[in-house]
Amino acid sequence: MAKLTLPAQELMFSGHSACPGCGAALAMRLLLKGLGPRTVVSVPACCWTVIATPYPTTALGVAMMDNPIEATGASISGIRAALDAMGEKDVTVVGFAGDGGTADIGIQALSGMLERRTNALYVMYDNEAYMNTGVQRSGETPLGAWTTTTPVEGHEHGKIEAKKDMMAIVLAHHPVYAATLNPSFPEDFERKVEKAKAMSGPRFFDIFAPCSTGWRFDAQKTIAIGRLATDTGVFPLYEVENGRYHVTRKVGSLKPVEEYLHAQGRFRHLTPANIAAVGAQVRDGWEKLLTFESESLVAPTPSAAPTAPPATRA
Amino acid sequence: MTVMVLSGNSAQAHAVRLARVQVVSAYPITPQTSIVEKIADLVATGALKAEYVQVESEHSALQVVVSASGMGARTYTATSSHGLLLMHELVHWASGARDPIVMGVVNRAVGPPWNIGADHTDSMSQRDTGWIQFYAESNQEVIDTVLMAFRLAEHPDVRLPVMVMEDAFYLSHTLEPVDVPDQAVVDGFLPPREAHATLHPGTSARLGSFTGPDRYVDFRFEVAKAMERVPATLRLVEEEYKKATGRSHGGAVPTYRVDDADAVLITMGTSTTTARTVVDDLRAQGKKVGLAKLRLFRPFPNEEIRALGAMVDRIGVADRSYTFGPMGAAGTEVSAALYPSSHHPAVTGFYAGIGGRDVTPHVVRRMYESLLSGAVPEVHWEDIEEEVSVDG
Ligand SMILES: Cc1ncc(C[n+]2csc(CCOP(=O)(O)OP(=O)(O)O)c2C)c(N)n1
Ligand SMILES: [Mg+2]
Repeated sequence: MAKLTLPAQELMFSGHSACPGCGAALAMRLLLKGLGPRTVVSVPACCWTVIATPYPTTALGVAMMDNPIEATGASISGIRAALDAMGEKDVTVVGFAGDGGTADIGIQALSGMLERRTNALYVMYDNEAYMNTGVQRSGETPLGAWTTTTPVEGHEHGKIEAKKDMMAIVLAHHPVYAATLNPSFPEDFERKVEKAKAMSGPRFFDIFAPCSTGWRFDAQKTIAIGRLATDTGVFPLYEVENGRYHVTRKVGSLKPVEEYLHAQGRFRHLTPANIAAVGAQVRDGWEKLLTFESESLVAPTPSAAPTAPPATRA
Repeated sequence: MTVMVLSGNSAQAHAVRLARVQVVSAYPITPQTSIVEKIADLVATGALKAEYVQVESEHSALQVVVSASGMGARTYTATSSHGLLLMHELVHWASGARDPIVMGVVNRAVGPPWNIGADHTDSMSQRDTGWIQFYAESNQEVIDTVLMAFRLAEHPDVRLPVMVMEDAFYLSHTLEPVDVPDQAVVDGFLPPREAHATLHPGTSARLGSFTGPDRYVDFRFEVAKAMERVPATLRLVEEEYKKATGRSHGGAVPTYRVDDADAVLITMGTSTTTARTVVDDLRAQGKKVGLAKLRLFRPFPNEEIRALGAMVDRIGVADRSYTFGPMGAAGTEVSAALYPSSHHPAVTGFYAGIGGRDVTPHVVRRMYESLLSGAVPEVHWEDIEEEVSVDG
């Protein structure tokens, strides 16, 4: 196997307090490797509040600011405004928020930041639930998944609604760059970080962040589950630049979605019919993505947003 | 110095210009809107070189200035009523983070029913958030207090955010001649902000963080100590301001004709002006009445109130908000401040001017008359003549 070509610098220290196998910890580590020391990160209430370790310590080698859960978009606008007013140049401003803090309670501030074209990178690390508060559902929890508020008990069988399409919502604001990233594919990850770092204007990352605690899998399987997510089409890797889609990991034929679902306790209860429904939805999303890619080569603005799958009971 | 005819809202905007604020963010709400419009003009014409961040809500407006302040910038925002209530989470955050933000608050009633009139419910509901709070009586006081507020907020002994209140319409939209200090004078009084405990790119540091019970209380204690240093620092800042401009506004609780008074009324904001004329009228009739203006509400000026309490047997407190306590917000605080004293004047709480209703000389006279008669209940709603059913 070829040697990995990742930046050597480490701006996240050992001694952080993430769970073993935490995808969100990997996401931060890889992100900062690429962004470098002149980075200011604003972090809302989420697992990363805790992972960064309590006062007076910090697990980050860069400047970090805490902000309330729903205000990350506004916080990075404020940081950028201050840096501009004080003449500080060559600083990358990053909002690093969970899926709940982004797609649910923080969506207004995110939309505001994108619309007023703040020169900053907004990162949603997506562990698909409110993990810090103990695995409650979020708008990013996928169809069928167990969480503590979408129980598998009595007549309930996990989440009955589909995952909110944050990339489509962000793209409707026409950011200069938006991409999906997965720590299981670190070179693709770093290429996107480098690209985003070199740009100015609003940028968005959706980073896949498996959570062994909340998803119910063995902590050593994080990378394997991440690879399965992309290779089954559950979490395709792509980027959108000036309205042009580019799928950055072409999967010739998708692996069966069962391989991904069966690796996690949160999907254990799904019946063959449920799994078939999830599989159909994933294939549909993948094909739409390929269509966007080929169409946007000709006409850069996406002609239609991906339609949400029907809210079937999985 | 130039005399300009300004509304209270323009006075806020000119103070922001003179203070050389670096980052402004706000969201429009009546009656604050003309502040943000005026600042937009000042930025557009280059009279104010600031980053003006247009946001989608007050919550975001305060977050923008909190984060900008955390990076070391001088910041300002302004709001009213529901806007201030929406900010509430960040209002607490700003003082905990020791961000020396100045916020203009145009006091307005809270719905329902919707009402845009003067009422202190909005800022009173933020009285326990760790902000210094001033209530202004005139547009001159607005511009001067905003300028002093920056100096006070950024003072090394304080480092806390400040709200400068003005009554909706009575000040916000009423024109008065205002002495506007020259830029050079303000520059001498208010040097650029000295960054302390702010975040710097390229360093490994965290601003905000989290703690357990082992350390959290230390942070709160620091805020409490800083608050306790406000009265002394305010005296210093007012002296400096007086040296620079020739004006001061009499500290935390300026008084009027309180010597030998049988009864003193405590007011806040614009009703003070009306009350002053009533005091003159009653004094002319030989009635010994006086007036005290609660200019500083947070930290509460215990010392001044106790000194007043030692001089007089009857105190009335006019609250322009209803806060569901034993008395109005100011009445309750005045009573609590007096309780440890050996001399206990009788304290009566009045509700007057709620939701923009005029506090007329007639209303003020009635308050004094009931104080002098001694036959007053503990609390009294002024201007409610009879029980009114609103259920139809
Ligand atoms: C206004 C507010 N509501 C609720 C909370 C409680 N809270 C803290 S973290 C969290 C979950 C965040 O979920 P997500 O953004 O997905 O991040 P994760 O915990 O999964 O890393 C919640 C609900 C809060 N801090 N503030
Ligand atoms: Mg989450």
